[in-house]
Amino acid sequence: MIALTVNGTRHQVDVPPDTPLLWVIREVIGLTGTKFGCGMSLCGACTVHVEGRAIRSCVTPVSAVAGKEITTIEGIPESHPVKQAWIADDVPQCGWCQPGQIMAATALLATNPKPDDAAIDEAMEGILCRCGTYQRIRRAIHRAVGTPTKGGAS
Amino acid sequence: MSGIVIVSRRDFLKAGIVLGGGLIIGVHLPGGTAAGMEPPRETFAPNAFIRIGTDDSVTVIVNKSEMGQGVYTALPMIVAEELEVDPATIRVEAAPVAPAYNHAEWGIQVTGGSSSVRSEWDRLAKAGASARMMLVAAAAEAWKVKPGQCRAEKGFVLHQASGRRLSYGKLAERAARLKPPAEVQLKSPKDYSVIGRPVRRLDTPAKVNGTALFGLDVAIPGMLTAVVARPPVFGAKAMKIHHDKAEKVPGVKRVVPIDAGVAVIAESFPAAVRGREALEIEWNEGPLAGLDSGRQREEYAEMAKRPGAVAARRGDPDTALKQAVKRIDAVYELPYLVHAPLEPLNCVARVEPDRCDIWTGTQMQTGDRNAAAKITGLPPEKITLRTLFLGGGFGRRAVPDSHFVREAVQASKAMGKPVKVVWTRDDDIHGGWYRPTFYNELAAGLDAAGMPAAWKHRIVCQSIAIGTPFEKGMVKNGVDDTSVEGAADSPYAVPNFLCDYHMAPAGVPVLWWRSVGHSATAFVKESFIDELAHLAEKDPYQYRRQLLKKHPRLVGALDLAVEKAGWGKALPEGRGRGIAVHESFGSIVAQVAEVSVGTKGEIRVHRVVCAVDCGRFVNPGIIEAQMESGIAFGLSAALHGAITFKNGRVEQSNYHDYPIIRMNEMPRVETHIVRSGEKPGGIGEPGVPPVAPAVANALFALTGARLRTLPMTQERVLAATGKA
Repeated sequence: MIALTVNGTRHQVDVPPDTPLLWVIREVIGLTGTKFGCGMSLCGACTVHVEGRAIRSCVTPVSAVAGKEITTIEGIPESHPVKQAWIADDVPQCGWCQPGQIMAATALLATNPKPDDAAIDEAMEGILCRCGTYQRIRRAIHRAVGTPTKGGAS
Repeated sequence: MSGIVIVSRRDFLKAGIVLGGGLIIGVHLPGGTAAGMEPPRETFAPNAFIRIGTDDSVTVIVNKSEMGQGVYTALPMIVAEELEVDPATIRVEAAPVAPAYNHAEWGIQVTGGSSSVRSEWDRLAKAGASARMMLVAAAAEAWKVKPGQCRAEKGFVLHQASGRRLSYGKLAERAARLKPPAEVQLKSPKDYSVIGRPVRRLDTPAKVNGTALFGLDVAIPGMLTAVVARPPVFGAKAMKIHHDKAEKVPGVKRVVPIDAGVAVIAESFPAAVRGREALEIEWNEGPLAGLDSGRQREEYAEMAKRPGAVAARRGDPDTALKQAVKRIDAVYELPYLVHAPLEPLNCVARVEPDRCDIWTGTQMQTGDRNAAAKITGLPPEKITLRTLFLGGGFGRRAVPDSHFVREAVQASKAMGKPVKVVWTRDDDIHGGWYRPTFYNELAAGLDAAGMPAAWKHRIVCQSIAIGTPFEKGMVKNGVDDTSVEGAADSPYAVPNFLCDYHMAPAGVPVLWWRSVGHSATAFVKESFIDELAHLAEKDPYQYRRQLLKKHPRLVGALDLAVEKAGWGKALPEGRGRGIAVHESFGSIVAQVAEVSVGTKGEIRVHRVVCAVDCGRFVNPGIIEAQMESGIAFGLSAALHGAITFKNGRVEQSNYHDYPIIRMNEMPRVETHIVRSGEKPGGIGEPGVPPVAPAVANALFALTGARLRTLPMTQERVLAATGKA
């Protein structure tokens, strides 16, 4: 049995210790907002927070986060400026990558409250969006913190 | 496991009614529950697309799959306009599989070809207007006044003279007893208050808080998870399966051969993957065991030496070429591409003796339902297919052989339990159904004025339609229309013209990939016309304009893009500008790209100015989003995308060797919509085709290097610009 805390709720899970955290969250705990995309830490769809830091849950063994505080998309309040900005800018298209995008963006803003485009690119380039919503993601992050949007690849 | 997840709650079909001249099958409402939600009591279901509850809820049943392109917003907006309700209050429900929900023109339930708004506009407008008229008639009856004295507004019917009003919910039961009107009156576009406005997407909140349900998120009681050991080479067959080790892996239940390969069925996804790793299979690799991209290219080049099946011909291109003042020959090549939607393919099936339930994100419900009927031996009406959100489609989830649905149905049938089949990313990249690889030979001749007198374009590529149910409609005289679209119908005024085609040998599974043939032909046509302009020493914009005199909409889009991009104005040092214009799926898109090249040969696309003429449109916000999306999708292919073969094996496996563009590579996209009264065009795909040639043309403007092979990798850029 491995103990972990997800969105403030304590869970005891009976899985092999090398089971990726992603599948514990999705299949055992039943929170499906965290997505599977590549299984190799290449796309970021599985991004969650561990002790406030963004990590890729698809390559994180559940044993490595035993006893730690894990936050998933379901644990980010609806009133969070990032979620509100995502709605205001109509960011999602297919939507599959967006929980990972939002988790990466909220982790960024927790350490850098006024990121410029370079800081946004650095924090967000690990999260792939096949629909190409990047321009709106950038705009929404600026909206969330009240900084002006300039634009694209520099 | 989480609770039962059902998006489409309405499972049974009831009576048929006639609407707008066609037979519409009404949807009956026998209860059923969505996760944690009490369904509204819906009493007024005037047609297959609308239900109104006594609690004033308005549900629009959408017969198209939402894969990001915005149909769960655009189609309800059409209903909202005529029904006179606020679109933000509409509940959207995925349609079950039924004839009422077939594509208005194609006779099956399918989402594709950028056709949803185009094909559904009239029918949904009539559905909304008919329901509105019935609600008005119900109110008039209740008030004992004439319907003409009442009007509908924001979910109410009002009687002006007396100031009375009744909500749609209050009128629902009475309206349900009325007959639909024989003729419906549609609003005049000048009175539109919903259509044409940037209404926010209805699916955004669910996609932002993690509650939106995709196929992969489905969990039903007793469900097992399967991954499939797939052939290492297309067409390979499993000869001997050593399943002992796999079945000893904790959590693995059974190893089951199915059509697609060998399914490893387990209690969880990680257990299924571990089981597959332990599985040993001896394969007969079959005829493609030696497939090699380099050799395939040589075969295609050899085929291109002979005349092909004629797709389009006018004048005498050979004589005109001989008489030309200047001549140019070129070979353009494009690789196989994989769709790589972020959500891997998946399907849940529950096969029982007398019924079969399927949960998946699919673009082709009718075929999938019929495939399940064939496997189970059940009649189609015993198959219930529920469509969930698609984590990207791009064509990949419209498969003529329904393979990802068949896998789950076969696995569930074998186990006697519900099974979810999950594709890993490796499975997806290796799994085929690629955009075909294209080999193009071109020749053109210019007259004394520098204008093209002759244009020959020979295309060698696999056919998508051959051997599928679509062959009859799409392959004519040896030409697959999807292989030559955008090339055979080039709008440029060239008096002597030939486009011919060699159907390359089948084997590698190929499929429509966002914008289909246009994804290749636009690159070739728009790069080559640029070559001609430079050969003629003319401005590439003006040159196109001169050759498009008979196509005012193409000229209009070009002019708008050029004006907004500041064509001809000075650029910062080290930047180049390129242009392209292309028509596809009934819409015209012109793009101007601004690029620079880094020291390692990396192309940076800074800005793309995009002008789109898609005729009458529903939601400009979605159009902008789809242009951004198409440009990102096209850029991934232009700069990075290639599937290659060695020893019959696909050489790529995941996003590290099949890269798609990331945040730091996304240009600033500025979209401008042409105000147009023309008939509606598509919007999901037409943004893709122009971007690769616009970037290649910009690279040429900047460096003088012409890249005729995609992708424009750093190595190719360095080699072409002499810096390798």
